[in-house]
Amino acid sequence: MISIKNVSKWYGDFKVLTDCTTEVQKGEVVVVCGPSGSGKSTLIKCVNGLEPFQSGDIIVDGISVGSPKTDLPKLRSRVGMVFQHFELFPHLSITDNLALAQIKVLGRKEDEAKKKGLALLDRVGLSAHAAKFPGQLSGGQQQRVAIARALAMDPIAMLFDEPTSALDPEMINEVLDVMVQLAHEGMTMMCVTHEMGFARKVANRVIFMDQGAIVEDANKDDFFGSPRSERAQTFLSKILQH
Amino acid sequence: MDFSSLITAMPGLLSGMMLTLKLLVLAIIGGVALGTLLALARLSNNKLLSTLAGFYVNYFRSIPLLLVITWFYFVVPFIIGWLTGTNEPIGAFYSCLVAFMMFEAAYYCEIVRAGIQSISKGQVNAAYALGMSYSQTMRLVILPQAFRKMTPLLLQQSIILFQDTSLVYAVGLMDFLNSARSGGDIVGELHQFLLFAGLVYFIISFGASTLVKRLQKRLTV
Repeated sequence: MISIKNVSKWYGDFKVLTDCTTEVQKGEVVVVCGPSGSGKSTLIKCVNGLEPFQSGDIIVDGISVGSPKTDLPKLRSRVGMVFQHFELFPHLSITDNLALAQIKVLGRKEDEAKKKGLALLDRVGLSAHAAKFPGQLSGGQQQRVAIARALAMDPIAMLFDEPTSALDPEMINEVLDVMVQLAHEGMTMMCVTHEMGFARKVANRVIFMDQGAIVEDANKDDFFGSPRSERAQTFLSKILQH
Repeated sequence: MDFSSLITAMPGLLSGMMLTLKLLVLAIIGGVALGTLLALARLSNNKLLSTLAGFYVNYFRSIPLLLVITWFYFVVPFIIGWLTGTNEPIGAFYSCLVAFMMFEAAYYCEIVRAGIQSISKGQVNAAYALGMSYSQTMRLVILPQAFRKMTPLLLQQSIILFQDTSLVYAVGLMDFLNSARSGGDIVGELHQFLLFAGLVYFIISFGASTLVKRLQKRLTV
């Protein structure tokens, strides 16, 4: 479904991604972790072309992201993305947040889009908040709306860029619960996250990145059992200690 | 001082005020529209486009408004005549309107540019990630938020524009101030008429400015 081939990226002279190669199969859940500044967010933003890369290629559902001929908006409309800071549109109600892209990008009728939005809002347990504005919701609620907004586009895969990093601790689980449910339903997911409990529960594979390179790309059990690289071992011991 | 002649001159003053307001409203609409396009051009990744827009803004911000008004009075009819092949004069009102729109666009551009830049990159990414095009992202997501933030500044700039419309006297347009001046001249009571005009400009500008400040407070809370 998502195939990343030898991707490298520079900011001027600074190399942020070094020869990254990995794959996410249909229905697979892949967790990407690593210290901050390791390039994991940059890599996931390359997958739907939000960040350009200079060499290598990424193929999403048979379409090359790097090719200048690719219709990037069309490709992006088929891949859902959830951001660290939610990025709901603050000037629109929750209902309109959910309906906007369905109407403007997919060309759905307004009542059809709103109906679909409401159904998804119900699924993330927030149907009572449809008429509110994003600023009136808690961080956890906003992130659940953001997930529903992405799902409303009927994506073939979902990208999560540190979806719980900006949340208060007591709100993390409500978001993770939605993600776990999605994973159980067979959604193809690529998640940048430090939530190792989530990784243990639903991930098929775990990718560990450091200094722009993929250091470790292993099945979940292998990763948590015996990570090969020393860097991954130190990282794991640091975040799993408590 | 006797202000009774003001009453008889009222219809003339009123039509002068109508012209001032008409010029103001059209110049604001055109200036904000052109200013927004300029702001998008200045922020564009296209080097040529952003350089051209930057040059435009810096140029118009570096020359006097009075010069632009007189310049356009002579140049705009010439260009339009040249483009359409007719020799009909377009008149002082339209030449002034174009002058104000183009001049104010440079100032509105900087306000809109700051407004767009105040919206986080994450909002752009979120809109793109949903499959929106650049123009959809700007129209539906970024500009509505930016305009909300910029409204007080745009209004303040428009109040300055309201005062600056009086410069049209240079090309003989009968706006409010010019009507007051000529009305006063006719009856030989220039002082009273100019005092009255000053009072009206003050009340409108200060009143609007106070309202804008109140709006600003409400928007920041």
